[in-house]
Amino acid sequence: MRVRDPRARLRGWGGVGAMAVGCVLALLLLVCLLPAFRPAARGLGAAGDGGTGVTHGEPARAEAACTDPERQTLAPSGADGPTIEEIRSRPEEKRKLIVGVDQNSYRWGYRDPNSGGTAELEGFDIDLVHRIAEEILGDRNAVLFKAIPTDQRIPAIQEGRVDMVVRTMTINCDRLRDVAFSAPYFRTGQQLLAPKSSTITGYDGTLAGKRICTAAGSTALSQLTADRAAGKLVASADLSVTVPSQLDCLVRLQLGEVDAVVTDGALAASQAAQDPTVALKGDAFTTEYYGVAMRKDADDLVRRVNKILVDFRADPDGWRMSYRTWLSATLGGGEEDLRKSEPPRPRYLRGS
Amino acid sequence: MSQPPNGSAPPDPDTPAPAALSAVPTQPAPPGPATAPARPAAPLLPGPSHGSGPDPSHGSGPDPGGVPPRRTALAEGVERLRAAAVTEPGRLRALGALLALLVVAFGAVTAWQAAERTAAAGDVLHRSQPLSSEAAGIYRSLAAANTAASTGFLAGGQETKDSRDRYEQGIRTAADSLVTAAANSEPGSASAATVADLNRLLPRYKGLVERARVYNRQGYPVGGAYLRYANDLMQEDMLPAAEALYTSENGRLSDDYADAKRPPWAALVLGLLALAALAWAQYRTYRRTHRVLNRGLVAATAATAAALLWLVAGHGVARSQLSASHDHGVRSLTVLHEARLASLKARGNENLTLVARGAETVTVGGEREDAYDAEYRTEMAALGADLAEARRLADDAAGERPVAAAAGDAARWRERHRAARAEDENGNYRQALEKVIGGRGATAESFDGVDTALATALAHEEREFARAAGAGLDALAGLPQGAGTLAALGAAGAVLGIGRRLSEYR
Repeated sequence: MRVRDPRARLRGWGGVGAMAVGCVLALLLLVCLLPAFRPAARGLGAAGDGGTGVTHGEPARAEAACTDPERQTLAPSGADGPTIEEIRSRPEEKRKLIVGVDQNSYRWGYRDPNSGGTAELEGFDIDLVHRIAEEILGDRNAVLFKAIPTDQRIPAIQEGRVDMVVRTMTINCDRLRDVAFSAPYFRTGQQLLAPKSSTITGYDGTLAGKRICTAAGSTALSQLTADRAAGKLVASADLSVTVPSQLDCLVRLQLGEVDAVVTDGALAASQAAQDPTVALKGDAFTTEYYGVAMRKDADDLVRRVNKILVDFRADPDGWRMSYRTWLSATLGGGEEDLRKSEPPRPRYLRGS
Repeated sequence: MSQPPNGSAPPDPDTPAPAALSAVPTQPAPPGPATAPARPAAPLLPGPSHGSGPDPSHGSGPDPGGVPPRRTALAEGVERLRAAAVTEPGRLRALGALLALLVVAFGAVTAWQAAERTAAAGDVLHRSQPLSSEAAGIYRSLAAANTAASTGFLAGGQETKDSRDRYEQGIRTAADSLVTAAANSEPGSASAATVADLNRLLPRYKGLVERARVYNRQGYPVGGAYLRYANDLMQEDMLPAAEALYTSENGRLSDDYADAKRPPWAALVLGLLALAALAWAQYRTYRRTHRVLNRGLVAATAATAAALLWLVAGHGVARSQLSASHDHGVRSLTVLHEARLASLKARGNENLTLVARGAETVTVGGEREDAYDAEYRTEMAALGADLAEARRLADDAAGERPVAAAAGDAARWRERHRAARAEDENGNYRQALEKVIGGRGATAESFDGVDTALATALAHEEREFARAAGAGLDALAGLPQGAGTLAALGAAGAVLGIGRRLSEYR
């Protein structure tokens, strides 16, 4: 291994160089073809890992335009606009914020069966929803929860079935084409979950020939598919099992129908918390941010939610309190654990 | 074993035994009447087929061994037959044999066909209909168990005793019915394979539900995931299998009905032929002797006609009773079973609407709708149609009353469901839940009302069916034995009658 190291590193640099050249070429092409395009949308950060799509012509535009998807949002503002007015003007009984949530994510959005018949959804995401409802409608309970499966999040927003989705939804470039995101409210990354006794040690060669479960329409599935095509994941890994919700993967894992689960670390930790015989294997192999998804044209709502998020994070009874209430049990309650999950200071790079 | 050299005269049983010969000739043969005992009849039967003594018309009994050059038995028999055919006693013997054969054949075919139809009618009453109901019962109890499980989940970690009892009851009934179905399905048949599938899936389903319970009690949402998985197994594998079983058992019921109701054509044709032959024989006798009545032939005619009448009447009654059992029993039962299944499916979907909370949607007429609620409405519409049909089919007040009660409960259910949906759509989940699985005034109450009323209606129609089908089976009772006895009597009469004529040639 050691012997091959320098060469590998060399090749690695070569790859990066090629990618950088590719990026520049693509960008040039784009600027030539679309003079109206505003490069301001491009982030300041280094090329990062956005170069994978460069070889394909079509996604190049979005990839080039979108290097730091978590920054592609509008600056916060407390002003009301048409979207918020519409929500406020709903008739008496229906004057509620309609929010797509999960009811299967332990400690994020779920129904505690032992909550004494109140049937209330609860969790970190749900706290945030109540906060948003309180700020917009003045009543933290003025919410109509819609449980939606992973692959229905974007259609639900586009078809206007919900005002927003607060459902451990990763901000990424593909999704930015269809919906608008708030600033990030949580940091996580894809992580592998397997039985403690499994030979799988992490996101590596030990996955050869293993069946990996993901949720349909999740970032995990698209990441794994891309990685396998690019050779970063062993080709013999079987990705054929997809389920409506990441929690269904835990069922398949316990029944021995799959060998491992890939999902966001935050949710993988929730799964591990429900079954002491499974564990997270290896470190997170991506960095992702959760955001609140809204309609692409709901600018006023996006700005308002960003404003609420700023307050939520600053408020000692806000973000940190919710973290301690819901997540310290699954993600660790130390100050360092909190910092790992806290997103960086938000940047608002979207022009309009 | 002795092997006689060929060519030599074999004293084998084919050659006319002295007994066969002597039986006729020993009667001193003046053409006198009266004595006609049973004895001469006996040899008449084997007579023509064996080829009786050489030229029996002479009445002289030549010693069989006395004629030196003999050809094969077959050639001799043919020659004798030919010789016999031109003489009146020969013709009479042939006629007697033919009549006896026809009547016996009629009797045998009647007995056989009547026995077949009796068996088929018995199968309708005691086998295929109960099995068809049993299969519907499997479907119903599985769906009921699944609905109870989802209700238990809706109620939270501590499911109520009622929902647990319903679940256990459903599983137990399904398991019991599967044992019956397994015992009654033919090995290797599609039904047997389906029953085996269900037997394999049922414990798997139960395992998933048990896991869901355990996790629910611990407060982990993975319990809900197990319940969804169990529900998928039920909806996608088990209920379709149970439905296939019901369909195939219904097919068997139709087959048994068809078998029991098929007219016994062979017996009818043979009966008519026998009657025609008897009539012709009597006409011939009359033409030759100017005697109007030959008691033997008259008796044979009467016996045959009686058997034929019995067959026609018995099977006719059986047919009409079976038709009644189908029209008033089976059709009502089918519709009621379907109504009950529709109500169960509607209830299951109503619960799942609240379990899934808008997770699944479908596009109906350009509008996005909750998939489970759309399914609920489809099933309620089916329930309404089934109840209307059941009401149309109900032919007495006792049958109509529970159906009307079910329709009333279904209407109330729809109304309450609308109110519950309105609550849910306004985000008042807890109120919606209360209106669906709560106590008085909840849709649960209406569903129970529908289910109970339908159970009553089903029991009533089962009784109606059993009564009519039982009457049909009774109509066939004794027909095989009776037809056999009458035919034997008829054959004896024919032989005796012809024997009387034959004896006149002695």
